[in-house]
Amino acid sequence: MSARASGTATAPPEPAGRRPEAGARIELSGVTKRFMTPAGTAFTALQDVSFEVEPGQFCAVVGPTGCGKSTTLTMVSGLDRPSAGTVRTGGRPVDGIAPGTGFMFQSEALLPWKTVLGNVALGPLLRGAGRRDAEDRARDWLRRVGLSGFEDHHPHQLSGGMRKRASLAAALINEPSILLMDEPFGALDVQTKAIMSNELLGLWEQTRPSVLFITHDLEEAIALADRVVVMTVGPGTVKAVYDIDLPRPRGAVQEIRFEPRFLEIHQEIWESLRDEVSRAYARTGSASTGTESDR
Amino acid sequence: MSGATSRTRQAAPISAPILGRPAADDEATIAAEAARQVRRRRLLVGLSRAAVLAFVLVGWQLFTQWKIVDPFFFGQPTGIVSRMRDWVVDGTAYGTLWSQIWVTMKEALLGFFFGVSAGIVLGVLLGQVRFIADVLGPFIKIINAVPRIVLGSIFVVWLGFGTTSKVLLAAVLVFFVVFFNAFQGVREVDPVLVANVRILGASRWQVVRHVVLPSALTWIIASLHVAFGFAIIGAIVGEFLGAQEGLGLVIATAQNNFDPDGVFAAMLIIAVVALTAESLISLLEHRLLAWRPPSHSEVGGA
Ligand SMILES: Nc1ncnc2c1ncn2[C@@H]1O[C@H](COP(=O)(O)OP(=O)(O)O)[C@@H](O)[C@H]1O
Ligand SMILES: [Mg+2]
Repeated sequence: MSARASGTATAPPEPAGRRPEAGARIELSGVTKRFMTPAGTAFTALQDVSFEVEPGQFCAVVGPTGCGKSTTLTMVSGLDRPSAGTVRTGGRPVDGIAPGTGFMFQSEALLPWKTVLGNVALGPLLRGAGRRDAEDRARDWLRRVGLSGFEDHHPHQLSGGMRKRASLAAALINEPSILLMDEPFGALDVQTKAIMSNELLGLWEQTRPSVLFITHDLEEAIALADRVVVMTVGPGTVKAVYDIDLPRPRGAVQEIRFEPRFLEIHQEIWESLRDEVSRAYARTGSASTGTESDR
Repeated sequence: MSGATSRTRQAAPISAPILGRPAADDEATIAAEAARQVRRRRLLVGLSRAAVLAFVLVGWQLFTQWKIVDPFFFGQPTGIVSRMRDWVVDGTAYGTLWSQIWVTMKEALLGFFFGVSAGIVLGVLLGQVRFIADVLGPFIKIINAVPRIVLGSIFVVWLGFGTTSKVLLAAVLVFFVVFFNAFQGVREVDPVLVANVRILGASRWQVVRHVVLPSALTWIIASLHVAFGFAIIGAIVGEFLGAQEGLGLVIATAQNNFDPDGVFAAMLIIAVVALTAESLISLLEHRLLAWRPPSHSEVGGA
């Protein structure tokens, strides 16, 4: 039960019936991440990144490929540590993996040798639940994501969209207060992606974790999020933070993108994002010459 | 209406083969035709194999009978069969044939067991702990470069003519095969899978149990096929170097008596034993790796 911190005037007003206390606040302040290259030099992936996600808020991070979005999530999850600066979740500095964190990875993260049920039940099992209890809860979550009847299938027997549903159930079953999602629907076709987005919003409304959702799709970001963070190309920094005042519940993500307010917001953020995208593109276009001249 | 059409359509192919090519315009007909072609091909392959085998055996028999090559050096299929019958009926110089097979198998199986266990444990440990791998890496490379079969002589000197020296030789040969595969298998584990279970709350041991071991198992099991061959080689060579019983000793005796039929007969027995073990390992592989997409397991189907 973390109280809302003061000074967050930018936070959108909350309709009745929400349970913001379910989520934990995420704060990044001055986060810098350097990687050692094989040559022995330091490569700065993130530079002085600061932003907040309010408790129970849905925050999207957009930016061109390679700007450090995944790295940011890794810092928040506790899988890796910043080179400088601090990450706090629920008021406490992140020091290793915190129990209340869920993560949906960019690539396939289901264990191919376990059944769908085994994969989803893994979360409670690893947190010390009995097998029976874990499997009961897994069945319940599979029902919620519409995968009843596929309990005994192995991941390779499912379609891409179904695997994503299973991953979502696996990430949510431990009822995390922070849900980290790294381009979770990036590999899906447009229709499946829209369906999954709607279902994600529905599930999020039920438990209201704080969400940090990474995408390179600005429309997806605006349709889903309360807050959009735009990042610059490497080293990644925060370029701008936008609060999205579209009312909730948002309804179908396919339809909201035609609303005038959505188009306004899109226009505004795109102005900011476009420069970064074209700069990132220019960089990949002259990648070989660029690295040569850096030496 | 549709019933009538399907009946006439089905009726067509039945008479079609008489005209030569069947008119494969129906799902069932196409499937049946495909199945027939598969069966015909299988039959052809089987018959060709039998022909190759007959050609080699008959050629061997005739060449030695006509003294084009000397049966004193090359043996003879009929000689091999009669030697085998002698062993089954009268036993070898060291006891019954079955006890010789059992002695060798026991040594090979024990060596296999110890070698596989040590290989998995050390392979996983070194694959997991980077520091130990960096420290021990060069030593393992050096030991691997040594022709390890020669160690058999030392083991016989140390441990005598009993079972232990053979088990040890087999275990050493098996160990390196399994070790390198387990090590590589652990290194190939998808880091995203590890990160995922760590987020879900896995301890270090749980990461090994739920992700690292199952993932490396594909590699480890692949190595078992080769490893069992090495276990048998270790046991036989060990017996060859000095023993009181076992198939290796039977071969050594046949060699000393200028009896190529005996050497070939023993080889045949070993081949049968090895093939049996091989199919058991394949069975284990199917059982343990049942989760894999079918395209994998079908490769070894023929
Ligand atoms: N473990 C690592 N070692 C070295 N460089 C890395 C590592 N992880 C990421 N990077 C680099 O950091 C930059 C940001 O990567 P990432 O966070 O994956 O970007 P994004 O998710 O925005 O596409 C990239 O240039 C990438 O090459
Ligand atoms: Mg990424």
